[in-house]
This record gives sequence, C-alpha cells and structure tokens, in this order.
Amino acid sequence: MAMHTDAVELPSRFALARSEGFPLVPTFILVGIAFVAVFANALAPHDPEIGALAARFRPPAWQAGGSMEFLLGTDHLGRDVLSRLIFGARVSMVVGFTAVIFAGVVGTVLGIVSGFLGGWVDQVIMRITDTWLALPALTFAIFLAAIVGPSEMNIVIILGLVYWTRYARVIRGEVLSLKEREFVKLAIVAGCSKRTIMRRHILPNVINSAIVLGTLMLGVVIVTEAALSFLGVGVPPPKPAWGLMLADGKKGMMVGYWWLTVLPGVCIMLMVLSANLLGDWLRVKLDPQLRQL
Amino acid sequence: MIRYIAQRLSYSLLSLVLLSLTIFFFVRVTGDPALLLVEPGASQADIDAMRQRFGLDQPLWVQYWSFVVSLLQGDLGQSFYYRTPVLELYFSRLPNSLLLALVAMAFSLLIGIPSGILAAVRVGCFWDKAGKVFSLLGLSLPSFWVGLVLILFFSVYLQWLPSSGSGTFLHLLMPAFALGWYFAAAHMRLTRSSMLEVLGSEYIKLARLKGLPEALVIGKHAFKNALIPVLTLAGINLVIMINVAVVVETVFAWPGIGRLLYEGITFRDFPVVQAVVLLGGIMIVAVNLLIDILYALIDPRIRLER
Repeated sequence: MAMHTDAVELPSRFALARSEGFPLVPTFILVGIAFVAVFANALAPHDPEIGALAARFRPPAWQAGGSMEFLLGTDHLGRDVLSRLIFGARVSMVVGFTAVIFAGVVGTVLGIVSGFLGGWVDQVIMRITDTWLALPALTFAIFLAAIVGPSEMNIVIILGLVYWTRYARVIRGEVLSLKEREFVKLAIVAGCSKRTIMRRHILPNVINSAIVLGTLMLGVVIVTEAALSFLGVGVPPPKPAWGLMLADGKKGMMVGYWWLTVLPGVCIMLMVLSANLLGDWLRVKLDPQLRQL
Repeated sequence: MIRYIAQRLSYSLLSLVLLSLTIFFFVRVTGDPALLLVEPGASQADIDAMRQRFGLDQPLWVQYWSFVVSLLQGDLGQSFYYRTPVLELYFSRLPNSLLLALVAMAFSLLIGIPSGILAAVRVGCFWDKAGKVFSLLGLSLPSFWVGLVLILFFSVYLQWLPSSGSGTFLHLLMPAFALGWYFAAAHMRLTRSSMLEVLGSEYIKLARLKGLPEALVIGKHAFKNALIPVLTLAGINLVIMINVAVVVETVFAWPGIGRLLYEGITFRDFPVVQAVVLLGGIMIVAVNLLIDILYALIDPRIRLER
C-alpha cells in the first residue's frame, strides 16, 4: 500500500534538479554571482568607488607591472577592477531580478485580465501591447531614460515598462485556452466571482509559464541594462555597473588596456549565457506548451 | 481582399495613434516638458516663452492635437545642437544606417542560412552542435561588447582594421559583424526549424520516392519552401537592425541614426531623441503592415479568414 502512495505522489520541485540534462554549470554560475552580490562588502578587497590616481591603469597581477594588491588591475581613476566587478554583480542582480519581477507581475496580471474578461478590455490591452511591442525595446528604453534621468530605480521601472508586453502576450494566449477548460466553467457555474476565478484558478495555472519567461527575460534585461549604462542613461557613475565599466574601459582600450574591456564583458556574458541556458531547460521541463517559442 | 487590407490599415493607424499618445503622454507625465524643450541652463523667461510657444499652458487635448498636426506636417522640431530641423538630420543619417544594416543582413544570411540547412540535414552532427554554440553565443553576447573586443583584437593588436569612422569598406566589417551576429543566430535557428519541418512533409517524401538525388531534393524542393519564413523575418529584422544599432554605432563612431540618438542623449538634445524613437516606431508599423498585405496577396487562406 505504501508503495502505491509513493507512485502517485507528485515529484517535488527539487526532483527537477536531479532530472536529466539539468544545466548544472549555468546554475552554479548564477548562484555564484548571487553569492558574490550578497557578500560584496566582505569579498571586495578595495572600495569600488574610490581609487588612487597614482595607481591608475595597473595591469592584472600576472602581467608585467601588475601587483597582488590589484588582482585584476585598476581603471582610469585607479579603482580596483576586481572590487568593481564584485559590486557590479550586485547592481546587475538587483536591477535584473527586480525588473524581471516588475515586468512579470504587470504583464501577467494584464495578460490574465485581458484573456479572461475578453471584449473591449482585451481589445484595449492587446492594442497597447502590440504598439509597444512594435517599438524597438532598446530605443524605447533610451527614450524613457532620457526623460526621467538616470538612476537605478528608474532603470528598473523603465525595463519593466518596456518588457511587460512579452509576458502579457504569452499569458493571454494561455488564459484563452484555460477559459475553455472544465474546471473554470465549473467555477463559473458554482458562482465564483470573476476575481476569485482569476486568482484561484487561472493564476496558479499560468505561473509556470511566467517563471520560464522570467528566466529567459533575465538575460535580455541584463544586456539592456548594460547597454543603457554603457550609453550613459543607465546606472549613474561612480556606481560600479558592468555596462558603465565597459564605457569607462574605452578610455584605455586604444592603448591596449584590455582588462578594462574584456573582464566586465565576460561577467555579463557568463550571467546572460547562464540565464539563457537555464531558461531553455526550464522551458522544456516545466512547460511543454512553450517549447515552440 | 479590400476588406482585409482596410482592416490591417485601420489597425496600423490605431497603432500609430497609440504610439504618438505613448510618447506624448510620457513626456508630459514625467515632468515639465518645457524643461526638456529648452536648452540646459536656460533662464526662467526662456522656459516661459517656450511654454507659450508650444502651447504647454493649453489643455492636454489641445496640446495633443497640435502635436499630431505638426507631426503630420513633418515638423519634429529643431535640434538644439545642430540648429537644423530634426527631420533633415534624420534623413541625412538614414543612408549610413541602411548601408550598415544591409551589410550586417547580408552577413547574417550568408552565415545563418547555410549553417541552418546543414544543421537540419544532419541533425546531431558536428555542424549542428557547432551551430548551436554559435547561435547561443550570438543571442547572449551584448553586441557592443563584441564590437569592443573586435576593436581590441583587430585594431589595437593586429592593426588590420580601422577602429572607428566610415568611408571605406574596411570600416564596415567590424560593425557589421558585431550587429549581425545576433541576427545570424536568429536566422540560423529559424532556417533549421523551418527546414526540418519541410523535410518531414509529404512532397519531400514523394521527391525521394521518385529517386531524385538528395542534392536536388534538398537544394531545390526543400530549400525554396523553407526559405519563405526566413526571408520574412529578415525583412522585419532589417528595419529592427536600423533601430537597434545605437550601441554598435556608438562603439564604432558610425554616423548613422543610432549615433544620432546617442548624440541626442549626450547633448540633452530632446527633439532628436523623440524623433528617432517616433520614426523608428512608424517604420516598424509600416513594415508590419506591408508584410501582412504581401502575405495576403501570396496566400489566399489569410485573406479569406473571417
């Protein structure tokens, strides 16, 4: 009898991690970056925002002229590159996750409302979604950033405003098919209010898709944040953001100070690549409907 | 057919109205638009004059109406920095952007289509796996970083290619690669999946049963049909390329629209920023409409639907 109950028991969420093809390395990298972001204060050997001009453009420790004091060299203001990369992880993580969650909440709510209520509400929301999807995301983000001015908070809001449309589209499509299912019809017959049905019956069924989309969006959002910072409308200096470091790195690039250009980019790449690989895997695992995406 | 086109046209017009409303709305909700329209550091008298000149003291709907009217007349304001009408500036930069986008597109198709076909014909082979890595990197690497690394390698160390500017074909190579990689990856993925779909179809089976040589089956029967969605995507992507080239054009100091947008940000030249966003949106809405209509012309099933 005990064996029988074991068989019908649903696999726990952790079982996912033990299943086939789990992207171990990407997950490890993302967890590692999160760890570095949380403990940045303890890990960074120097202050990321204050440097000594006497120690500017020092190469990494293994190159001629480098020292163990600045393991990955220093930038044009003599700030320690390693410390800036460590604190940059915090900026990317905070901006990336909050923007993805913000966009996800707005997009999911609007997608559910639009798909479930239908009629003119659906028309209005979908027309706005289509129009906003037509605007090139980066240009739209630059436009918004140029109006409100740069700050971390503003970047999160801007990225949320630009990217909620992706969620709304997908979630609405799912809600349309959920609406025809028996359990939703039963809930209507049983006299549940529309709000209750949306919250209790629709939302739990689309949350998996929202999580998958969110993981896939993480990479997009981080690249956009880096691009905005690189262009000078993102995270304001002297805050250590990876995109900003790349912009600063241009100052020493033509004379061959490669570490200022290569290292922040490698960090962005590792994070985005990991998020994309994890997202791809989750998409296939959690949500067979999204495989076509 | 006419009803279908009329419907698409009205959707596009609605999109344009929403687009102008979005831009109008955000400028006014987030602060005093007069501050954006005067040059930085202008006196209070100048700000008041600007407010009066653009009717910013009028009710909102009157303001929106005059915004749309001047838009329809092609008046997008004056650039503070260049002191010329924004529209003139935009069109003087557009050919450069188009050139860069065309070369990047050619590159992305030259790489994307053959490698996509190869990956579909031999699923799981070395080229399929190499293609997967290539496309994953293309979709994950920020284009501006690719550009910076290219400069570092080819201009600073090897000194083979010019690091920035325009003029010769050599100037085009690196920005086109940096811009095109992402799109090469997208085109490759679509070619592969489209090709796989076609290869599984009945008429390909028939062609094989007839005993046609494999090269003919793939090259003539499958390739032509698999190409349609890829070319559609390429058409949309060309317009998108023009509009997302900001960072790449900034890295390489390429004098296109993206660079204009960057200058607009750095010099706080708001009319320029507004115009680039607005015209970019209009361009994309127009291309989507064009594709919808072309599809209907080619495929009767679409225009007869409903």
